[in-house]
Amino acid sequence: MVTNITNLGRSGLSDWLLQRVSAVVLALYTLFVVAYLLFHPNLDYAAWSGLFAQTWMRIFSLLAFISMAAHAWVGLWTVSTDYLKHTGVRFGFQAIVILAIFVFLVWGVQVLWGA
Amino acid sequence: MSSLQVSVYRYNPETDSAPYMQEFQIDTQGRDLMVLNILTMIKDQDSSMAFRRSCREGVCGSDGMNMNGTNGLACITPLSAVVKDNKLVLRPLPGLPVMRDLVVDMGLFYKQYERMQPYLQNDTAAPAIERLQSPEERDKLDGLYECILCACCSTSCPSFWWNPDKFVGPAGLLQAYRFLADSRDNATQARLAELEDPFSLFRCRGIMNCVAVCPKGLNPTRAIGKIREMLLSNAT
Repeated sequence: MVTNITNLGRSGLSDWLLQRVSAVVLALYTLFVVAYLLFHPNLDYAAWSGLFAQTWMRIFSLLAFISMAAHAWVGLWTVSTDYLKHTGVRFGFQAIVILAIFVFLVWGVQVLWGA
Repeated sequence: MSSLQVSVYRYNPETDSAPYMQEFQIDTQGRDLMVLNILTMIKDQDSSMAFRRSCREGVCGSDGMNMNGTNGLACITPLSAVVKDNKLVLRPLPGLPVMRDLVVDMGLFYKQYERMQPYLQNDTAAPAIERLQSPEERDKLDGLYECILCACCSTSCPSFWWNPDKFVGPAGLLQAYRFLADSRDNATQARLAELEDPFSLFRCRGIMNCVAVCPKGLNPTRAIGKIREMLLSNAT
């Protein structure tokens, strides 16, 4: 057993599962957005903001944002433990990544519900 | 043209400040020799050349090395399988500290193997004669018990290169599953608990370098997947 405290789930198993589930959510969201753009070639502001005014789209988007946050935390934490050998540098990188994820997540909520 | 150009990694920590490649011309007389034969011919030319070997038939696992960029056992790798443009480059197994020439320090590799407690554990009362196993239960061990611990797989794995002190590596994980899959072993929960963290098992990214190089044709990636399934069904 190797102890870790800066990874997302405190467990390799839960990180692994979160990584895969969040990947599925992100894939579905990407497919939906790309398909929507393809089926609406003359998209205007009213249609676009109308889409995001609907509750289900906001829930779907927030789910995608949270999935992105989890996915990025697990993935970049792994990269940092592979390549950054100096503890200070590694912890600094992890802190910046987690802070950025937090900022983007709150910002995303504000974009979805603020307009 | 029967003279083979061989380039060998040389390093003697007592006399060399840095490793270097030494060139040898070896006359194979057109024969498709094994790489180990070439090494013994080199040792005839230069007796200071150091490498490990023992059974010379792919059973002991002593002469794992990197031949033209691919890990394998020198004793069962014919020149025709690795030589390109009449050139052969021999290096020690990557990722482990070099003690001298092609001899690496296997300490970290063995430490990870030892961590997997590679022996049967069973706390129920021992039967009068032996613990019986059905043919079907025995079949589950095929493809797992044959490992000879040559370290070709673990030293071809980038995850093991970056974290050899934390990631068990394909060889150790294959053995972990060999005992998880054994009907006579009942330390399953303790074994799984040892592998649940983000490094020990989950640092495997499934790139299957281990499968590509295993001289015994074993599949550590599949064993790692099986352990992951056991962990998942245990925890959900």
